[in-house]
This record gives sequence, C-alpha cells and structure tokens, in this order.
Amino acid sequence: MLYNLIDNSIECKPKEYIAGLEDRKGILEVQNLSAWYGSFLAIKHISMTIKSQAITAIIGPSGCGKSTLIRCLNRMHEVSHRGRVEGCIFLDGKNICAGDTDPVAIRRRIGMVFQKPTPFPTMSISDNVSAGLRLTRLWSQRKELQEVVEHSLRRAALWDEVKDKLGESGASLSGGQQQRLCIARALAVEPEIILLDEPCSALDPMATLKIEDLMRNLAENYTIVIVTHNMQQAARVSDMAAFLMMEEDKAGALVEYGPTSDLFTNPKDKRTEDYITGRFG
Amino acid sequence: MSERGYSRRKWSNRVVLSLSGIAAGLAIMVLVLILGYTLVRGASALNLDFFTQGARPVGVAGGGMRNEIIGTLILVGLGSLFALPVGLLAGIFLAEFASPRTAASVRFAADILAGVPSIVVGVFVYAVVVRPLLSYSAFAGGVALAIIMIPIVARTAEESLRLVPSSMREAALALGITRWRAVLSVIVPGALTGILTGIMLAVARIAGETAPLLFTALGSFWGFRGLLQPIGALPLQIYNYALSPYADWQRQAWAAAFLLIMLVLAISILVRRLGSRRRA
Repeated sequence: MLYNLIDNSIECKPKEYIAGLEDRKGILEVQNLSAWYGSFLAIKHISMTIKSQAITAIIGPSGCGKSTLIRCLNRMHEVSHRGRVEGCIFLDGKNICAGDTDPVAIRRRIGMVFQKPTPFPTMSISDNVSAGLRLTRLWSQRKELQEVVEHSLRRAALWDEVKDKLGESGASLSGGQQQRLCIARALAVEPEIILLDEPCSALDPMATLKIEDLMRNLAENYTIVIVTHNMQQAARVSDMAAFLMMEEDKAGALVEYGPTSDLFTNPKDKRTEDYITGRFG
Repeated sequence: MSERGYSRRKWSNRVVLSLSGIAAGLAIMVLVLILGYTLVRGASALNLDFFTQGARPVGVAGGGMRNEIIGTLILVGLGSLFALPVGLLAGIFLAEFASPRTAASVRFAADILAGVPSIVVGVFVYAVVVRPLLSYSAFAGGVALAIIMIPIVARTAEESLRLVPSSMREAALALGITRWRAVLSVIVPGALTGILTGIMLAVARIAGETAPLLFTALGSFWGFRGLLQPIGALPLQIYNYALSPYADWQRQAWAAAFLLIMLVLAISILVRRLGSRRRA
C-alpha cells in the first residue's frame, strides 16, 4: 500500500531560512508543491511560508485540497493510495520531500491529529499517550514514561478528567476527550510542529471550544497548522490564514495567504471575499 | 393490477417459500442425523479405557485409542507450528505491505492452494518428504497438514487485518512509528479476535483430515516414537477400524468419530463466542 514516487525534477532552494538563526526553528517553507492521487492532480504549485509559534489556518470549500496539503507537510500523503508529490517543503532549511529523507523521522518532528478521533482501541488511556515513545523505542524507563503521560495529558487539558482512569480503554472517553487524548499522544513525542486536520468537525460546540483554547496555549511553544471548513473557527484561533480553491482543472490552488485579520477584513482577491462573505462554499 | 395476476404471484411466492424452507430443513436434517447417529453409536462405546489404553491385537478384547489421540494432538501441533508463522506473515503481507497487484495474485494462489484436494497434498508430501527421508513420519504428516492450514490462516488473517480502519494505520504512522511496529503493536492487536478465529477454524479443519495422512503419517499401533517415525491419528484409525470385520474395532471407530465431531463442535462454539465478543 506504500507508494513512494517522489519526483524532485523541480529544483528548489530554501529562500527564507538563514542557517544559525534560532528563531527560524519550526518554520515550514512550502515551495511549488503539487500533489497527485494517481493521475489526479489534487493541489498545484502551492508556495507558502508557515510561521513558527503561530497558528496557520488552511480554509476553503470542500474538495479544494486542504487535507491533501496538510498531509503533504508530514509526508502522510504518500501513505494514501497512489499518492505522489512534486516540489519542496523545507523544515529548518532541509527539504523533507527529498527521496533520501526518512518519512518516519519527519513524522516524529511533525505530529498530526486527524478529523475523527483515533485512539488505539486495544490500549489504555495512558498507553495511548505513551504509544509514540514506546513504539519508537525512544523511551523505556517506566517511571519517566508515567511522567511524560501526565505532562502530555496536562498540556492537552485532559489530565483532570482522566487521572483516575488511566488504565481504562481510550475508546471509553467522549468524542471531545478522545480528540484531546490524540493531541496528548501527539505532544508526547515532543514534535516541533502539530498538524490538525479538521480536529473539531466531529465534535460538539463545547468540545470545540476546549480544543480551540488548547490550540491557543500550544501556539506559545509549537507551530500549528489547522485545516478547517469553519471560517469562524479560523477567524477565532489563527494568526495566519491560507485560502485554497479548486480551479477549473479541479486542482486546488492557493488563492490568498496572509495574516488572518487582513484576509478576513480586507481580502485582496475577489474569490476570497466571495467565500468569506458566504457567497459560495 | 389484475386480480388474477396477483393471485398467481401469491401462489408462486408460497411455492418458492416452501421449497426453500424444505431445502433448509434438509440441510439441517443431515447435520442432525450425523450428530445423532454418531452420538448413539459412539457415546456408548466411549469409556475410560478408550482414552487410557493403546490398541490391542485382533481377538484381544478392550483397548483404546490413547496413542491415536496423542498422535492427533502431535500432528495438529506440528502442522500449526509449521503453518502459523508462514500463514500469519503471509496474511500480514497481503493486508499491509503488498501492492494491490501483488496482493491479488498471492490471494489467488492462496485460494487455489486452499482448493487443492487434500489427497493431492498427501501425495505431494509423500514425494518431497517421505521418499527422501525413506520413512513415513509424524514430521511428514505435520507438513501435509500445514500445507492445508496455511491458506486458511493467511486469508482469515488478511480479512481481519483489513477490517481494522485505515485511520488506525495513519494515526500510528503519524506518530513517527515505523510500518512494522505499527502493524505489530496497533493493527494486529486490533484484529486479534479475527485472527484467532481463523486459526481455530484451521485447527478444526486439519484435526479431521485423513487423506493427507494416509501416505505421510501412515498410522501406527504404537505410541509416539519420534518425529521421524510413523504415527497414528484419530481419523486414520477410524478409517482402519471402520473397515475391519471386528465388532469391537468398529465400536471404537464410532467412539473416535464421536470424539472428533465433539472436538470440531467445541472449536466452532468457541469461535462463535469469540465472534460475538468482537461485535460487542
């Protein structure tokens, strides 16, 4: 099921990365990125620089390639059936799309939370959180592992709700709790960047609010990219916003990218304005 | 809609309904007859000696099938020992690693292997194991049973692994876990009840096989005397005793048949238990 057909025929170099500058850490620079499913072009020629320690929202109507784009950022796109990308993504100046980059190492630095909560049903709550560390053999000391579990659950604002039932199955939690468990699980491996693919679309408003608060707190230390079809959510939580739209050839293209306040109050592109004012989508 | 057309359709409905009902009844009746008849003839012949005594020569009363019971256990154990690693890994390969085209051809091959008549498997093992080793043996019997077992285990393992949602795979990979680790620690545990069900069905199937043992394990009147020596098995002894002219042996054949059916029935019930737990 694994296809790894990465074409690097297009030459690209990191533009904005300057070696040695600490505040550049966690910057993702996407250059001329296109992605296919087999022969179907899903997104084309996307270039954007994702700021560190900020929340970047990717918005757009359904089918515009939001999820495809975010899945490219940690090499999850190639796990899809016949998935293939072209172009470059630089993390700290290193092209993570290069054929010789180990996707497993990339995914340890760039964590991901999916649309539907995905706790591992055969593991307890605490084992779910420590799964990343245990199964990558980065950790073996049981006591330290427990500390990581507690720390991660606290950061995901779930500790108080589950501290008395860490041994129970992750599937026993409510949808919102499961999603925060997945966030805690992603945090436990200490990633630099966290990708959230419509993390609230399966949740009720209260659970959504909790996740949004959590994202704001996490943004102090992490680079966060969130895909959302909910424009209010993008306006509430994000610092930067990217608007994607499907063009005539059915491929998603980046229409506008900039600070969220600018994009929502003063869009430069007519299509962005039409979308955020609710004329379509 | 005409009144006549309606009544004709009503009648043909009744006819088809009762025909399929009768067919279902016949199918169940066959099972009831087999179970009932073996119960009547076999259960009465079942006694402590049957489990604790070896075979006796013709004309000497008594004796039992202790050696054959042990032999069946050894043969099924050997078969599982050979088949489980191959079958399970093949199932994992099919579900998790093979490209769709490779998977399709391997799956097709496994289905053909599952359809090979078991007597052909026996002849094949005779040619490649028994002849070179110059002896019928428990080992050869185990190999023959393993060949029958492998496709069943591989296909059921594949089916159960495919039932694990792909979101679990992605969630594991997104944590920076390698594919093998993800499969072993997340996917396989999620499919465990299905995999166990397949293993037990395969065990039930090979426990009752006779044909592949005829020219491999051969049968033996003694107990276990080493892996490279012939060994007895319940289905073989049923075959031998049932064909014999001696009433005492025929009685024991019924008892052995009853025991085998009970074994398979017990496994089936266990499988259903497992299955219902998975759904719960």
